[in-house]
Amino acid sequence: MTGAPPVVQARGLTKRFGDFVAVDALDLDIAKGEVVGFIGPNGAGKSTTIRMFCGLLRPSAGTATVAGFDVARQPEAVRAHIGYMSQKFSLYGDLTVSENLRFFGGIYRVPRAELKERMDFAITMAGLTGREDALVRTLAGGWKQRLALGCAILHRPPVLFLDEPTSGVEPKARRRFWDLIHSLAGDGVTILVTTHYMDEAEYCNRIALIDGGHLVAIGSPGELRRHDLGGVLVELEGTPLGAALAVLRRAPGVIEAAIFGDKLHVLVAPVADPATLPPLLAAHGIAAGSPQLITPSLEDVFVRIVSHRRAQEAA
Amino acid sequence: MNLRRLIAIAYKETLQIWRDPRSLAIALLMPLMQMGLLGYGVSLDIKRVPLCVYDQERSQLSREVVDRFTASHWFQPVAVLDTDRALRAAMDRSTCIAALVIPVDFSRTLFTTGQAGLQTVFDATDTNTTNVAIGYAQGITAQLNADLDARWQAAHGDKAQTIGTINLSPRVWFNEGLDSRNFIVPGVVAVILALVGSQLTSLTVSREWERGTMEQLISTPVTALELMFGKLTPYFALGLLDAAFCLSVAAFWFNVPFRGSLFTLIVTTALFGLVVLGIGYLLSVRIHNQLGASQIALMLTMLPTTLLSGYTFPLDQMPEAVRVISWVIPARYYVTILRAVFLKGSSLGELVVPVLALAVYAAIIIRLAARAFKKSLD
Repeated sequence: MTGAPPVVQARGLTKRFGDFVAVDALDLDIAKGEVVGFIGPNGAGKSTTIRMFCGLLRPSAGTATVAGFDVARQPEAVRAHIGYMSQKFSLYGDLTVSENLRFFGGIYRVPRAELKERMDFAITMAGLTGREDALVRTLAGGWKQRLALGCAILHRPPVLFLDEPTSGVEPKARRRFWDLIHSLAGDGVTILVTTHYMDEAEYCNRIALIDGGHLVAIGSPGELRRHDLGGVLVELEGTPLGAALAVLRRAPGVIEAAIFGDKLHVLVAPVADPATLPPLLAAHGIAAGSPQLITPSLEDVFVRIVSHRRAQEAA
Repeated sequence: MNLRRLIAIAYKETLQIWRDPRSLAIALLMPLMQMGLLGYGVSLDIKRVPLCVYDQERSQLSREVVDRFTASHWFQPVAVLDTDRALRAAMDRSTCIAALVIPVDFSRTLFTTGQAGLQTVFDATDTNTTNVAIGYAQGITAQLNADLDARWQAAHGDKAQTIGTINLSPRVWFNEGLDSRNFIVPGVVAVILALVGSQLTSLTVSREWERGTMEQLISTPVTALELMFGKLTPYFALGLLDAAFCLSVAAFWFNVPFRGSLFTLIVTTALFGLVVLGIGYLLSVRIHNQLGASQIALMLTMLPTTLLSGYTFPLDQMPEAVRVISWVIPARYYVTILRAVFLKGSSLGELVVPVLALAVYAAIIIRLAARAFKKSLD
C-alpha cells in the first residue's frame, strides 16, 4: 500500500456552525482497503466529518478528497464513488426489501444485467433470504442495518462511510455486521466507520479518536494501547464507589481516577505508591481492596487522552 | 437528466402513494367529498319552495292561477298577503322565498288585450334555488296558457283564435346579477384541483426530510431535476385522474353543457396541474416538515383561490388593487378557460391569453422548484 495515494484525505478540514466549531482543522489519510474507526463522545464531530466527506456538508475551511475527487468542488463525482449509511436509519420503511434495493440500483444506475445478481448478493449478505417481500419497517434492527449496508454497496463503491451502523443493534448482529465490513475491506473497499462501542474499536485497522472537533489520537489498537499514560494504572474496589472516586481525585499522586463497572481505575504518578491509597480511603470511612496493577485497555487510553487534552485546553 | 433514475424515483413514489393512506385520501376522497358537498349545495331537485300569495284581483281566473301554483309540489303556500307592505315584510323576514303577485286588473286585461302580466318575486340570496324556482313558475304558466287556449277553442270552435297570453315576469330581488350553476361548477373544479394538487406534492419532499431518507438520497448522484420530475410524474397522473373525475361530475352529474373540444380541455388541465403540483413541490422543498408544508400549501391555495379566482365572486366587481392581485392566482386563468371551454366552446387559439399565462406560470414555478432543491444538509 505504501506509495499509493490515500483514498480518503483531509487537510485542515474545518466545519463551523455559527460560532460553534464542530470539526477543527482535521488531518486524515486513509489508505485503500483500510477500516478506520472514528471513536469519540457524542457531539465530538464524527458525523459532521463523515458528512463533509460525503459532500452533504460544505467544509468551512480546509480540503478533503475522496477517491481522488474534491468534496467541495466535485461533490457529484464523490457521490458516485461512495456508499453511505447515515446515523439515522434511512431506507424506505414503506417499501419492501427488494423494492428498496431496486430503487437504489436504479438511482446508482447499476447495469440492468447485473442488478438481479447484486440484489441477490445483498439479500444473502443481509440474511434476508425469504423476506424479500417484507416491508422494511417490519424488520428488526440488525436486519435493517445489514439491508442499509446492502443498499449502500449495491453499486460497488470503492469507499464506504458508515455512521454508527451498529447503534441499537444487538451484540450478535453487531458481530455479524463487522464480519461483513471486513469481507468488504478484504475486497479492497476503504471504510470509515463511526462507533460508540469500545469493543468495536478493536475490529478496526486503525482508530481515530475525536474529541471536541479535534483528532486527538490515531493508530492501530495495539499502538494506542501502548500509549504512554504518564503513570501506573491500578484497579481497586471501594464502597461506596462515588465517595471513593471523589476522595481519589483529590488524593496526592493520583493523576486520574474513573469508575469502570463496579471497580475504580486509578492512574498513579510514577513517583507515588499505589499502596498508600487503601489507608487513605479507610481514613474517609470507605472500605477499599488492595490495588492491582493492570494493563490499560483502549478505553483507559481514550479516557486519559481526552481528559489530558481537555485539561490542556482549559489551562 | 437520466431517465433510469427518474423512473426509479417515479416508481418508488408510486409505491409510496399507494401504501400511504394520507396521500390516497387527499387524492381520492377530497375531490369526491368536495364535489359531493357541492352537489348538495346546489341541490338539483328543489321542491316545496315557500310561496306567499298576493292576489289583488280575486277573480275566478286569478284563483285558478293560485291553485295551479299551490297544487304543484314545487311550491308550498305559506301565507296569503293583501298589501304591498306585507309582501315586503314577508320577503324581508324570509317567510317565503317566492311570492306570486296577481295584479288588480289581471283577467280584465287578458280578455281585452290578449296579454296579461303575472308577477313573481324571488328572494335571490340563494341564487340556485331562485333559478330553479323561476323555471318551475315558467313551466306552470306555460301549462296554464296551453290549457286556457284549449278550453277557449273547445268552447268557441275556433282554431285560429286564442284567448291570449299570460306573461310571467319574474322579478329577482336582492341579487340582480344572478349566477347560474353552469357558471359556478367549472370554477369549483378549478378550486378543487388547486387544493388537491398543491396538497399532494407538499408532502412528497418534506416527508423524506422528516423520515431521514433524504440524507441517504442526497448522498447518491441523483440530480435535482431527476428528483423533481421523478416525484411529479405519479402525482401528475393522479392529478389528471382527479381532474377527469371532477370534470366528468361537472358534465354528467351537474349537466354543465360541454361545447368545447376535449383536446383543449386536456391541454389546459395538464398545464394547470403542472402549476399547482409545482407550487406544492416548491413548498415541500423549502419546508422540511410535512405538517408545515401542507398547512402553508392550504393557506396559499384555499383562500386566494376561492376569493380571487373569480369562480363565484366576480372579479370585475372588485377594486382595482384586488383585481391586480388576482393576476398571480393561477386558478383565475383556469376558471376562465374552463368556463369558456364548457359554455362557449372556445378553442386554444381563442384562449391564448390565459393559456399563455398558465404556461409562463408553470415554467417559473418549475424553475424555482428545481433551483430551490439543495443537495446539502447545510
